[in-house]
Amino acid sequence: MDLARLVELNATYARVIDTDQLEEWPKLFLDPCLYKLTTAENVAKGHEAGLIYADTRGMLEDRVSSLRKVNIYEGQRYRHVVGLPVVLGETNGTADVETPFLLVRVMRDGTTDLFATGVYRDKVKPDASGALRFAERVVVCDGRRFDTLVAIPF
Amino acid sequence: MDIRHDVIGHEDLPGQTPHGPWPEDSLARVPYWVYRDEANYQREMRRLFEGATWNFVCLEADIPDKGDYRTNQVGAMPVIVVRDADGAINCFENRCAHRGALIAFDDGGNVKGNFKCVYHAWGYDLCGNLKGIAFEKGINGLGGMPPGFDRARFSPRKLRTTTLCGLVFATLSDDTPPIEDFIGAEVLGRLKRVLNRPIRVMGRFVQPLPNNWKLYVENVKDTYHASLLHTFLTTFRISRLTQGGGVLVSEDGGNHSSYTIGVAEGANAGAYKAQEIRTDQDGRFALADPSVLDSVEEFGDQIQLQILSVFPGFILQQIHNCLAVRHVVPRGVDRMDLVWTYFGFTDDSPEMNRRRLKQQNLVGPAGFISMEDGCVGGFVQRGTAAAGEHVSVIEMGGATAESQATRATEASVRGFWKAYRRHMGY
Ligand code: FES
Ligand SMILES: [Fe+2]
Repeated sequence: MDLARLVELNATYARVIDTDQLEEWPKLFLDPCLYKLTTAENVAKGHEAGLIYADTRGMLEDRVSSLRKVNIYEGQRYRHVVGLPVVLGETNGTADVETPFLLVRVMRDGTTDLFATGVYRDKVKPDASGALRFAERVVVCDGRRFDTLVAIPF
Repeated sequence: MDIRHDVIGHEDLPGQTPHGPWPEDSLARVPYWVYRDEANYQREMRRLFEGATWNFVCLEADIPDKGDYRTNQVGAMPVIVVRDADGAINCFENRCAHRGALIAFDDGGNVKGNFKCVYHAWGYDLCGNLKGIAFEKGINGLGGMPPGFDRARFSPRKLRTTTLCGLVFATLSDDTPPIEDFIGAEVLGRLKRVLNRPIRVMGRFVQPLPNNWKLYVENVKDTYHASLLHTFLTTFRISRLTQGGGVLVSEDGGNHSSYTIGVAEGANAGAYKAQEIRTDQDGRFALADPSVLDSVEEFGDQIQLQILSVFPGFILQQIHNCLAVRHVVPRGVDRMDLVWTYFGFTDDSPEMNRRRLKQQNLVGPAGFISMEDGCVGGFVQRGTAAAGEHVSVIEMGGATAESQATRATEASVRGFWKAYRRHMGY
């Protein structure tokens, strides 16, 4: 799989979240899909649960509409710093990709904290139009602590 | 060696708090200094957590085999919970008798043989007895411990442990009644209702919260806020005050179970709309994929939501088929950790497993229902910054702490303060 296109996919992913175009976020996934937010500890122990667990694009859209319309939380946004993807393998046009990330949370008053670090474990493949999309994105955080709440997806 | 320093200071006089007298003798009034006072916090560690209470320390499923252990905290005290060769569970202070280092400095694992402190290699058996002292006799007759040194007199503090439906609790006090009596028959029945067969851990997350630990415990007991703060509960009729249900409060006040029965609301169905309550989004907020709410009747009694607490810091949750244990760990007067353990049962079908995974979206730090609970405690902590001399008004449903067949009440919050004041001597 072409590395430049993977980098571009990740850059787009980070940008739609960091610039609050959350409605664009589900469009980067195939349908059905898997998006899961978990920790290295849970993965190591074989625990399947996620803080966020979505297996359809509809569930991703519901995350966004819930944030927009119903959930209560103090204003905040993210700054993603996403590392370079490594292609671990490829089967039938689906690439197994791993990409490290660092996530900074900026509160409404400007308080800026390192919120999470970890690795994206992805399965990436082209959609019908040929654009790369996530069949799976499992966000594996290095730590297990999630300060106060997790509103915006990682 | 334990020399307790329970010298009676003026703050230890009966009825006296470190902040003067409790302001009003009513369960419906609570002074705000109680969330901010450092001396009071220290007293909570001694009187509540190290006192006559049962503290949740782990799940039996966490330590199934000999030598399996987990570490946790009882108030401020680090503890080790371990299964010994006989299958019994022991709990002792995670503090080396020598110089006080942590004996185990990880979250858990399996210990072959004895625990060994890394600092100077003193060893402890699975009951917490000091068994080995490195170079106890010295070398070539030089050094070593004095001849009469009696190991048996030096050990970390041991806690009494008890198990209940796969949960492990520990206490430092000889006065703590048996767990069944401590919880009380009514609430115990509700705990057994959920934990009726072997469980399977599905995942663990920790949520540090910017508030005093009591604000979270009160939030859990506060049946009044749930459908007013959390849109999901109201809009999708997971729990509305107008649905059937109620709150059971144990005799001593400390433990509770609140529940919602999944039946139609009858004449009250329009009450949220009539009061223009924000969380009633009926028709204005729909899910693109409602499978997150696909649930099945699991316990055969139409109770679709049950939140249960055991004083001081244990919570058991059933929201449809989403089950979790939450443990409140105080970290300082204005900080705490909430440890979430999602679980299912060992006999879950693949469909049930998948259903639980989806419904887990409802709770936790990113929970559709519960993310708001992460910030409201902080709102109170910050809102009351200059209000130490003032009191909150906890008077929904009266001023007593009795079970009620409604959740439009703060009865179980008052119950918390009833138990709190008794343990604290206020
Ligand atoms: S502190 Fe543990 S052996 Fe010295
Ligand atoms: Fe809540």
